[in-house]
Amino acid sequence: MENLLKIVSKPDNVAIIIMMVMVGFFVFFAFFQALKNDRKKASAKEEKNKLEKEKIHTWPYLARKEFLVAILVVVILLAWSIFVDAPLEEHSNPNLTPNPAKAPWYFLGLQELLVYFDPWIAGAIIPLLIIAGLMLIPYIDINPRGNGYFTFAERKFEILIFCFGFLVLWIFLIIIGVFMRGPGWLWFWPWQEWDPSRVVAEINVDLTQLIGVNSRSTPGFLIGGSVIILYFSVGMIMLYLYLRKKKPNLLHKLGLTRYLISSFLLWSMIGIAIKIIMKLTLNIKYIWVTPWFNI
Amino acid sequence: MRNIFKYITETQLWKSIFRHDYEDTPRNRALQILGNVFLHLHPARITRLGVKLKHTWCMGGITFFLFIILTVTGVLLMFYYRPTVADAYWDMKDLEFTVRFGLLLRNIHRWAGHLMVITIMLHMFRVFMTGSYKPPREFNWVLGVVLLVLTLLLSFTGYLLPWDQLGFWAITVGTNMARAAPVIGHEGPLGEIIGTTVYNDLRFALLGGSQVGANALLRAYVWHCIGIPIIAIVFMAVHFWRVRKDGGISGPL
Repeated sequence: MENLLKIVSKPDNVAIIIMMVMVGFFVFFAFFQALKNDRKKASAKEEKNKLEKEKIHTWPYLARKEFLVAILVVVILLAWSIFVDAPLEEHSNPNLTPNPAKAPWYFLGLQELLVYFDPWIAGAIIPLLIIAGLMLIPYIDINPRGNGYFTFAERKFEILIFCFGFLVLWIFLIIIGVFMRGPGWLWFWPWQEWDPSRVVAEINVDLTQLIGVNSRSTPGFLIGGSVIILYFSVGMIMLYLYLRKKKPNLLHKLGLTRYLISSFLLWSMIGIAIKIIMKLTLNIKYIWVTPWFNI
Repeated sequence: MRNIFKYITETQLWKSIFRHDYEDTPRNRALQILGNVFLHLHPARITRLGVKLKHTWCMGGITFFLFIILTVTGVLLMFYYRPTVADAYWDMKDLEFTVRFGLLLRNIHRWAGHLMVITIMLHMFRVFMTGSYKPPREFNWVLGVVLLVLTLLLSFTGYLLPWDQLGFWAITVGTNMARAAPVIGHEGPLGEIIGTTVYNDLRFALLGGSQVGANALLRAYVWHCIGIPIIAIVFMAVHFWRVRKDGGISGPL
């Protein structure tokens, strides 16, 4: 417990506590409004829309709110700055590596991914996929409903996927990286002492070794490769068949390019989660080992 | 008293600065926005929904306001800071112990930076949850993602500047990612195709060397204080302008 207090009271981590509180509140607030809107009857919605579409003068109705918010932000920042000092540790020393050496907090989710993936995936491919995926959202989401107001019922799938990415794969991994990772990037529960000499006998195995095939042999290479390729191709084909049967209109509107991009991104996201679970439960290091790269 | 006020407000000088009078009329309310270069980012009239805090959370506005606070405090900090290995850390100490309100200045800058990362994420979350990226606002969402990345990079480059153990190792860990990039990082896969080594890869370009040193400090400083802010300002200008051009603040169609 002492350890948790030590992490929490680190000045930079105050920001993370604030982030957790704010994200928690606003996620609740967004869903609260969405569900409230969804419960409204169509006629009530229309009446409200009509009223809210009415235009009012920016001065003073909006400008005064903006000035008030600005003052509030300044007050909060001043109070925060008076009570908590920005950290300044010892002079930098290339010969003295702190243990654990952590990136800034907003990158700790990516650093945490290093446990599950090689650096070229965790540090290069996944960030690129996140940025590209975010940018592509408006172009692959063709659902015209829910434009400009909080709703859940009208776009359940999109919201669930986005919240999974934002809350689980981004915020939750940051929290793990900040609070659960101690010396040697080992897992420490908040009530455990950070022991720098702790040794954990982790027996990493590759997926093919579970069935007794050397992952560095040709059969291992072929099996591993087919697992990855099958995961994506079968996943994408199954989803395609499912949609063709259940929602042919959606699929038609989506078109092949959009379908390929969005299902690839979707399966990549799910694949990251699967790999994390596989590593945590079965200690699986690599699924596919090749002479050039490992996945 | 009233006469003095009237006299002042009717001088040529006053009228050349303030083009409209202050009487509360619809015309003056509109002119208040249109006649002010800063306020005219807004439309003169706006939907009732667009004014509601529960709809916008004001997160985008707060993010922009924090950027302004960071610019002001950042410029002030630049007066006391030299981005060299010999001086950087001791300038931080000076800020803390000898510059009047120096520590407060640095605290505000650091916490505003952290807060900006939080508010920009929440702004994106709100825009997603209200579906405000849907047509015709697709491209503005893309610009927003660019601004998100720029904000993270701004914060990241600033992390190194105190030149203490915290920043030094955070940047070392962070930029180690770059050497693992496929093809353009020397430890990443397929790098040998174009002959990537530790002296010509992506990490070398970021740090100006093969490890975090004097060049890295200078590069972080220039990117942090000049490079990225200028790029961000350009993107922000387009982002705000597009809000207006794409139909104003979002609302039910």
